Amino acid sequence: MSAFMNPEQAVADRSAPTAQPRQRASDIRARGEPFTWALGGALGVGCLMIIGFLLMVFWNGVGTFVPKPIAVVTTTGGEITAGEATRTELYRPTPEVVAALSEAARQTIADRDGFAERTLYRIGNFDFYSEDFRWVSAFDVIDVKYPKDIVLVERTEWGPFIGHIESIAVDGEVIALDSVHDPRFAEAHAQARARWSQIQDIERHQIGAVNYRINQQRLTLRRIELKDGRDSQAYSETKRAADAETAELQSEYERLTEQAQALRQRNAGMTVTLEELGGREKTIGIDEIVRTYPANDLSSSEKISIYLSRWWEFLSDEPREANTEGGVMPAIFGTFAMTLLMVIAVAPFGVVTALYLREYATQGRLVAFVRISVNNLAGVPSIVYGVFGLGFFAYVLGGSIDQLFYPERLPNPTFGTGGLLWSALTLALLTVPVVIVATEEALSAVPRSMREGSLACGASKWQTIKYIVLPRALPGIMTGIILAMARGAGEVAPLMLVGVVKLAPELPVDGLFPYIHLERSFMHLGFHIYDVGFQSRNSEAGKPMVFVTTLLLIGLIFVMNISAIVVRNRLKKKFVGSQF
Amino acid sequence: MNVDARIEFDATQYHVKDGGQGVVLDIKDLNLWYGTAQALYGVTMPIEKGLVTALIGPSGCGKSTLLRCINRMNDLIDGLKITGEMRLHGEDIYARGADVIALRKRMGMVFQKPNPFPMSIFENVIYPLRVDGVRDKALLEETVERALTGAALWNEVKDRLDQSALGLSGGQQQRLCIARAIAGDPEVLLMDEPCSALDPIATAKIEDLINDLVGQYTIVIVTHNMQQAARVSDNTAFMYLGRLIEYGDTEVMFQTPKTARTQDYVTGRFG
Ligand SMILES: Nc1ncnc2c1ncn2[C@@H]1O[C@H](COP(=O)(O)OP(=O)(O)OP(=O)(O)O)[C@@H](O)[C@H]1O
Ligand SMILES: [Mg+2]
Repeated sequence: MSAFMNPEQAVADRSAPTAQPRQRASDIRARGEPFTWALGGALGVGCLMIIGFLLMVFWNGVGTFVPKPIAVVTTTGGEITAGEATRTELYRPTPEVVAALSEAARQTIADRDGFAERTLYRIGNFDFYSEDFRWVSAFDVIDVKYPKDIVLVERTEWGPFIGHIESIAVDGEVIALDSVHDPRFAEAHAQARARWSQIQDIERHQIGAVNYRINQQRLTLRRIELKDGRDSQAYSETKRAADAETAELQSEYERLTEQAQALRQRNAGMTVTLEELGGREKTIGIDEIVRTYPANDLSSSEKISIYLSRWWEFLSDEPREANTEGGVMPAIFGTFAMTLLMVIAVAPFGVVTALYLREYATQGRLVAFVRISVNNLAGVPSIVYGVFGLGFFAYVLGGSIDQLFYPERLPNPTFGTGGLLWSALTLALLTVPVVIVATEEALSAVPRSMREGSLACGASKWQTIKYIVLPRALPGIMTGIILAMARGAGEVAPLMLVGVVKLAPELPVDGLFPYIHLERSFMHLGFHIYDVGFQSRNSEAGKPMVFVTTLLLIGLIFVMNISAIVVRNRLKKKFVGSQF
Repeated sequence: MNVDARIEFDATQYHVKDGGQGVVLDIKDLNLWYGTAQALYGVTMPIEKGLVTALIGPSGCGKSTLLRCINRMNDLIDGLKITGEMRLHGEDIYARGADVIALRKRMGMVFQKPNPFPMSIFENVIYPLRVDGVRDKALLEETVERALTGAALWNEVKDRLDQSALGLSGGQQQRLCIARAIAGDPEVLLMDEPCSALDPIATAKIEDLINDLVGQYTIVIVTHNMQQAARVSDNTAFMYLGRLIEYGDTEVMFQTPKTARTQDYVTGRFG
């Protein structure tokens, strides 16, 4: 019975001579070090790629708004090109081009194996040149100058202008300007812009609100008409009230239009004449100018102030010029609102599902099947969710909501088309597996001793879950929600089908009842990147915007995640604590 | 496996110490299977009211299993099968339709490892009342003081009741768990090796506590420590391989064990 060894015998065993002493030094393969190095190396490469990518985005994004000097380049043909140098590269000129060159230039190219250098200049003045960018080959360049009097004018139309400000006209009086620093220009510009923003406010907001109320009257009337018919007492009563109200609103509308017209009139009298380097002139309203600066004559503090004001414009303004200029405020807002709404939808749904699967369902084949299906859902291409969201949420669900609650607006869809709510729900569907898996894991990590302690106190299963299991699992659940949020905020493909648009005139939240408009389509930073980078007139013009917007999107996701992580760590400290 | 004839124990030969209050818990011919593996074989054991009953035996002999049958903690385990009878004041605990939650409310349980909940000390103690929906603040405060005093912890924590229970030391946590177990005024207190994670001083405190609680509560305690069993218990049950080998007055059993197995175990010759 005894498995114990006799001590003497054991000693004898150990000292017994063996014919071939076993080798003691361990083989390097046995220690597995090369394997460890390979793993570490792979990790290193992965990290480097990610860090490199982030650095590139950061560097390009941060540099975009720095005011750059304007070079005036004279080329062999006597042609003059003025613009910001954006990048320089090597290319292979065609043989005909090379043949036409001077001996020395040919030699340089031959020395470089047929490659020549060229620089891309952002030349602006699209209205004159019909192009934004121009390549200048190094062998063509005769002379590069940086004249101090050249200015860059950012306009609300036609992109930037590069050249000189000739004169301004205020109410018919022409004032010739000899310096870009002339205070009379600054003063006129400030006045015109102030009026311009007033016009914007009137036309966009005040008239918008009046229009909205007129429309409300029409819809109320239409609702009554659908319900009681045209000949009913209620209809004629409502119609009378609505007509009176509409007439009042109409006069308000006219008053506002007049006001805007008056301001416009005053601004029309204030123009500025610009001259490009080739001598062609153009006269535009002063209020069309966003900002001007002498690009080659800036002090550091002026540069910083231009840099910051461009950032501010980017963050707080609406886009203009097919999204390649101006700001992205609606997109920031849309991304944030959609992500928030998605979290509100996905968190309870995912947690409840996981609770049922883990705590209540009998662990059998069916549950295993459900679990596998949920995990596989995470692998479905996101565009499929988009199709589903459009088909089910927007057309079926939204269509029925329209039939039931908004019949007066038909055939114009209210909820029956893509919108903020459907986007959030589609993404919630897309990310719910993440939450379920994380929650299940968190629930199963709650120590058995805690549950038993609670049950032994006479708590029911639900009380145990409510008081003990859920609080304890909350940090893990939060992790799942954070992951879902990160995934959802960066998703674009399905949104293109269920509610994201290139340009949304109205934010989903505004001052008009019911204040939050879940049915509205919205802008999204991810889609904005796609649109600006690949759908605009000139992708080169949009490139800086792509980087800044990417930086912003990464920053937004980063901030949302960090806040969620801070909350999670608080919870962890509170509920998990240290067991002695 | 054939059980050695010497260790057969006649169920009629109990010489238990009489608490004078009758039997609180009557276990009759209890068999238990974890799936197909039988863990308890025909355990028959009346537990006297108001006394401390110790369960001893080598590891894996079924002490915890038996203890956890008393408040039906084993219900959580899949594939569990039980036959036999267990009556609390004559009521069958395992009767069809018996209210498990109500049953557990009549018992308190202290586990091997302290398992305070991640809440304040106050909330921990009143947990049994909280789940009953008690809102009366005066009653809750009174209960906390009574339970913590009962668990000899009141003086150490009375100024930090709103702090997290996880900040207490291991011994304090265990006493907190005892306070929680007695806060609901249970009839029976079940303790599964309550001192195994504690140092000798904390152990001594808990033993004192058990001695204080006796009379008020019926206590069933599992222990691996023979001295502890001798010090705190009135009656002792020795179990071996899922069977109750010997059950009786602690003093008698430790001095004149009836079977050789018991003798070997209590004198420390195997275990
Ligand atoms: N959940 C379970 N499933 C299957 N078998 C179990 C389970 N719990 C206990 N057992 C088995 O039942 C037998 C009795 O276990 P139990 O935990 O009651 O022993 P114990 O006397 O408390 O031991 P210890 O002194 O080590 O705590 C053991 O053989 C054990 O392997
Ligand atoms: Mg045990």
